[in-house]
Amino acid sequence: MANPLRREVRQLYKNLLYLGREYPQGADYFRERLNSAFMKNKYVTDPKEIRKLVDCGEDVIKELGTMYYLREYSIMKKRFYEEELLGLLNIGRPTD
Amino acid sequence: MSRVLVGVKRVIDYAVKIRVKPDHSGVVTDGVKHSMNPFCEIAVEEAVKLKEKKFIKEVVAVSCGPTQVTETIRTALAMGCDRGIHVEVSGKDYEAMGPLQISKIFAALAKKEEASLVILGKQAIDDDCNQTGQMTAALLDWPQGTFASEVTIDGEKVKVVREIDGGLETIKISMPAVLTADLRLNTPRYATLPNIMKAKKKKIANMKPADLGVDEPPTRLAGVKVETVDDLVAKLKANGTI
Repeated sequence: MANPLRREVRQLYKNLLYLGREYPQGADYFRERLNSAFMKNKYVTDPKEIRKLVDCGEDVIKELGTMYYLREYSIMKKRFYEEELLGLLNIGRPTD
Repeated sequence: MSRVLVGVKRVIDYAVKIRVKPDHSGVVTDGVKHSMNPFCEIAVEEAVKLKEKKFIKEVVAVSCGPTQVTETIRTALAMGCDRGIHVEVSGKDYEAMGPLQISKIFAALAKKEEASLVILGKQAIDDDCNQTGQMTAALLDWPQGTFASEVTIDGEKVKVVREIDGGLETIKISMPAVLTADLRLNTPRYATLPNIMKAKKKKIANMKPADLGVDEPPTRLAGVKVETVDDLVAKLKANGTI
């Protein structure tokens, strides 16, 4: 593997591992899948192929960021704006 | 020289299931995951966006609390703030601290740093006070744009679209001003590892509330229980409250 690419691949792995800490099904589950995904492509030598795979990895990083944001947004929305939703549906507040 | 102060609060992570301590003295915080208050994340994102659009030159992230809050300041730096200020308050003082003390600290800092804007989250998810922004504006005698779902800078003025009970309200206020961020203001960026690494080089200044001329919060006095409403009125009159 060419040297600069080697560094990129390693950095990609570290970045993905860092993001995977908050994965909903658990950091360990994520790490296992991450390791097997990288191991699967262990013997790829063509720089163009490696470049494509690294770009794929960058896309995964973006997807994870978006997923984490959506999860947080939907929970926050439910928690703080439930009254708004209930109002729209013309449902009264639950009595204690 | 346009500078923005952003307040960030370290709270128990929004996804954690809260447990009450066995002695009912409070909530379990030891070993529990903490992170930046979601509304503070939105505030940081807005400040960084304004800097990227070149409306302001510098974003300063501020947090009050014990040493651990520096982690939260680091996250703000990783999101794009230029430097941080850690106002150190720990132990009993930290537990007694509320929006009034925080807003005094922020007001003092806003003056000291000559900030054009102070951006805060609308409320913290642990206490739901929704007071700090408003109190800070009052102490500074600055206009406030609270529950902001859209912020546009127009010369020396800020156009704020606010989320209110009836729908949306658009106001135009002059700077310097205090803004509080609502959920729909923007989509906060995730602090990725390379950004966190870069943020390590950014400075976090350390200071105490006394350095800003803010007193320690008063210790809470015990309350008094009364039997009837008349007793209450009598006591309040004797107190001089009414």
